[in-house]
Amino acid sequence: MMQTIDPIILTLILLAPLAGAILVALAPDRARLPNWIALLTTLASFVLTLHLPAHFVAGESGFQFEINRQWINDPAIFYHVGVDGLSLWLVVLVGLLAPVGVLTSWNAIKERRKIFYSLFLVQQTAMFGVFISLDLMLYYGFWELSLVPMAILIAMYGRKDGPKAALKFFLFTFIPSAPLLVAILWLYARTGTFDFVDLQYQLAHQVFPAGALSWVALAFLFAFAVKVPVFPLHGWIADTFSEAPVAMAMVVAGKLGLYSMLRFHIGLFPAQARAFAPLLVALAVIGVLYGACLALVQRDFWRLMAFAAVSHLSLIVLAIYGLTFTGWSGGVYQILSHGVVDGALFLLLGALEVRYATSTIASYGGLAAKLPRAATYFVIASLTMIGLPLLSGFVGEFTILSSTFVGVSRGWAIAAAVGVILGAGYMLWLVQRLFYGPENPQTASRPAIDLRFGELAMLTPLVVLMLVMGVAPSMWTNTIQTGVHPPQPLEQARAIERRPAPAAVSASLTVEGQR
Amino acid sequence: MNPVPDIDRILPEVILTLTGVAVMLIDASLKPATPRRNLGWIAAIGTTLALWASLWQLSLPEGTGFFGTVETSVFTVFFHVLICGIVIVALLVALDTLPAGTHHQGEFYALVVFGAVGMCLLTSAVELLVVFIALEISSISTYILAGYRKHTGKGPEAAIKYFLLGSFATAFLLYGIAMVYGATGTTQIYEIAQRVPGADNQALAIAALAMLLVGILFKVSAAPFHVWTPDVYEGAPSPVVVLLSTAPKAAAFALLLRVVYEAFPSLRGFSTPLLWVVAVLSMTVGNLAALRQQNVKRMLAYSSIAHAGYLLAAFAGVGSIGIAAASFYAAAYAAMNVGIFAVVTLVSGYDESLPLIDDFRGLIYRSPLLGSLLLFFLVSLVGIPFTGGFFGKFYSFIAAVDGGAIALAIIGLLNSGVAAGYYLRLALVAAQKPAADQSDRPDQSGPPRADVGVAVGAALLLAVAATLVLGIVPGSVLRSAQLGAHTLEAPIATDSTTLGQ
Repeated sequence: MMQTIDPIILTLILLAPLAGAILVALAPDRARLPNWIALLTTLASFVLTLHLPAHFVAGESGFQFEINRQWINDPAIFYHVGVDGLSLWLVVLVGLLAPVGVLTSWNAIKERRKIFYSLFLVQQTAMFGVFISLDLMLYYGFWELSLVPMAILIAMYGRKDGPKAALKFFLFTFIPSAPLLVAILWLYARTGTFDFVDLQYQLAHQVFPAGALSWVALAFLFAFAVKVPVFPLHGWIADTFSEAPVAMAMVVAGKLGLYSMLRFHIGLFPAQARAFAPLLVALAVIGVLYGACLALVQRDFWRLMAFAAVSHLSLIVLAIYGLTFTGWSGGVYQILSHGVVDGALFLLLGALEVRYATSTIASYGGLAAKLPRAATYFVIASLTMIGLPLLSGFVGEFTILSSTFVGVSRGWAIAAAVGVILGAGYMLWLVQRLFYGPENPQTASRPAIDLRFGELAMLTPLVVLMLVMGVAPSMWTNTIQTGVHPPQPLEQARAIERRPAPAAVSASLTVEGQR
Repeated sequence: MNPVPDIDRILPEVILTLTGVAVMLIDASLKPATPRRNLGWIAAIGTTLALWASLWQLSLPEGTGFFGTVETSVFTVFFHVLICGIVIVALLVALDTLPAGTHHQGEFYALVVFGAVGMCLLTSAVELLVVFIALEISSISTYILAGYRKHTGKGPEAAIKYFLLGSFATAFLLYGIAMVYGATGTTQIYEIAQRVPGADNQALAIAALAMLLVGILFKVSAAPFHVWTPDVYEGAPSPVVVLLSTAPKAAAFALLLRVVYEAFPSLRGFSTPLLWVVAVLSMTVGNLAALRQQNVKRMLAYSSIAHAGYLLAAFAGVGSIGIAAASFYAAAYAAMNVGIFAVVTLVSGYDESLPLIDDFRGLIYRSPLLGSLLLFFLVSLVGIPFTGGFFGKFYSFIAAVDGGAIALAIIGLLNSGVAAGYYLRLALVAAQKPAADQSDRPDQSGPPRADVGVAVGAALLLAVAATLVLGIVPGSVLRSAQLGAHTLEAPIATDSTTLGQ
């Protein structure tokens, strides 16, 4: 019975939030009606995404649940979507964070709820679209679309100077996508296709002018690196995190750029990626240390989270451009773990901000006695972020550091490990300043309301997930590995037969072979 | 040989002319005190009929009428439908936004329809003298419309500026036509195409083409012939700008396509680099100037110059892909531009009490509907996917890359980054929460007319629908643009083969 929706499940996932957005826009703006519609929509789309891992045939490389229909005849653009081991759990992660985002905004967004939730849901569609698109134009479409709701919502709900932060965010991410589009058009002019699988095959088996191709690869990389962000392209992230509605910052952070690097940069241009890898490894390690150092000195917890994100995301960049299979699967795992932890931390910090109307760390203190539940959850999430063994953060960080140590360079691995230690520093210090120590008069005067049911209902699964992901990572890593590391004999057989199995990075098998 | 009655070849123009005359006559026969609003409905209905008539022309065999002076083909129908569509939307906007006491309201509607006659004829004329006449019909109507707010200083200024510079440009065009005749002995476009390659005096032919291009590029407000645009848009009433910024440009672009691709294909070696330079200039000048504007209409005027540049990028495309891209862009540009000017009209009002970007602050809080629509059209103008603006730009740059002009595509897309700056400035100001101290402002930034009337509502709905359709399912429009492109190319192809034999 459920099998029958396999062929259209990805379309449903894509359209569910959009339908919700239209519904929110049309429904009357009465009390919390938009909130409820958004919550139900996001829960429904989360359930839909769970269909994917439930029916995913593990151990089989290539895309599943594929849909490939012509969208526009000339130029040949296809509605081509599908998931493989690489994107499968990322889609689920997007689905999971959506209801968390709605609940985070539940009390924080008081005005113009209709516009907020419509745009939030449009953002969901764009995110799903990026992860499942296998046609470069379609992918580019969702990639650009994802900027719009974010920019508008930052402007609408910015804490201090929304429009300025929104403009910064938009231009930082929009301008690099101009070269990306030219690069895509160039590929189309050369190959006559936007299809990822076709392009991967043609790029691997045909001779292109090497100079032009490395420019094209650079255009791809540049757009993705800004989005992650990789040091020194991180100028937008601090303002964005401190101005954006919490829910938006939570769903946007990191994932899109990192996934795109694996899928479209390394996946399409393995040779060029290898040429750039040393530079990116260096930038990533700098990013890890730089982000951590800046996080240590922030006075505002959103800015602290922004630089913490720079540090953590750079670690994943290190894993990706280490160009080892262990690093890749560790990196993808870390994206998932980081998404869950960030979700929990943003929810908690958002809850604190709603209660005390400030994001200045110095205004807090000694909350643990008054908000015991919030304190407990916050400590668990922080420990996961730090990478305490048996929690999900450890698995990813350990895999990344060890694969860097073995496969890339001991020096870089040690440097990155220092960054991870600094990470423990700023997180624990944040916990201490927020929840322990003497009570701060600024917050003591306000009523102490511990986490409500709705918040607990979202946080508890996230925390359980952190534990399960820490204890039994193989539930996830098995499928991730089929995405980044397809079985080789099968792979070669297919390549001879017709075209290579379209796994994200299969074309780059040679990378490790030559290493 | 030609069984189609000549009159069928210009049926839409005939219907429009009759409508215009009817509106004028009824206007004259009404008592001075009688409200003239219903004349607008007559004009809108007549234009709708003209639109149907152009669609009906698809059933005619392609060919020319009136001694080879007008053509009907997919290409002409494409632009007829586009122009009639724009005129309908402009009329609907005017219906709800022209104040009841406007002077000469009946003439307003008649002039809009007469302008449409000229623009439609311009796209189907294949004889340069008819082109000239059509251009004059459309220009004279728009000169008058531009000065419709006589009581303000800026209205007459706009009209006079438009008229003087416009006449100057038309003189260039006419001079070009004369030189074409001198070089080839004909003013019929098909014949020009045949005779130019064998003409004795190639320099004269090139000079003629250059003159024609100057005249046409003025009409599409491409840099460096753009200086009139901001002043005219600022001075003309907003409902007129809805029309002015789109329909005459679409018609002029159709003419440009005809001249470049159909009449002078053998001189592409001259026209392509020239248009390359004009495209780059228009984008850059338009965008950089728009960044500094405080007046919304002036900003959008400069943005329209930049859009003319994006459209001209398509002319780097070889053959039908360039023509199709340019035609499609004209449609996409029209859809979003009529939309945004309609919103600006509603926000600023006919008398433009709120013309500045800062006056739009918090629009989305004051009027969620208008605010959302403004954001939507701005998003399309920025060129975000799934809107007409993106697909037009994308297709235009595909044509450019296909024609080998990668530098042009890169310049164009970087320009769209600059453009995002000022579009976003307006969008974000409109999305910003109004400052608390402004909350009790009875005089300043009072709520705009929250009552979006039926007519203007329909106009906005049409614009939104067109923008979305062109962005999400552009297939059918794209196909008609491509078919139109082939009809523009086909006679040339057969002619050149016969010449070769």
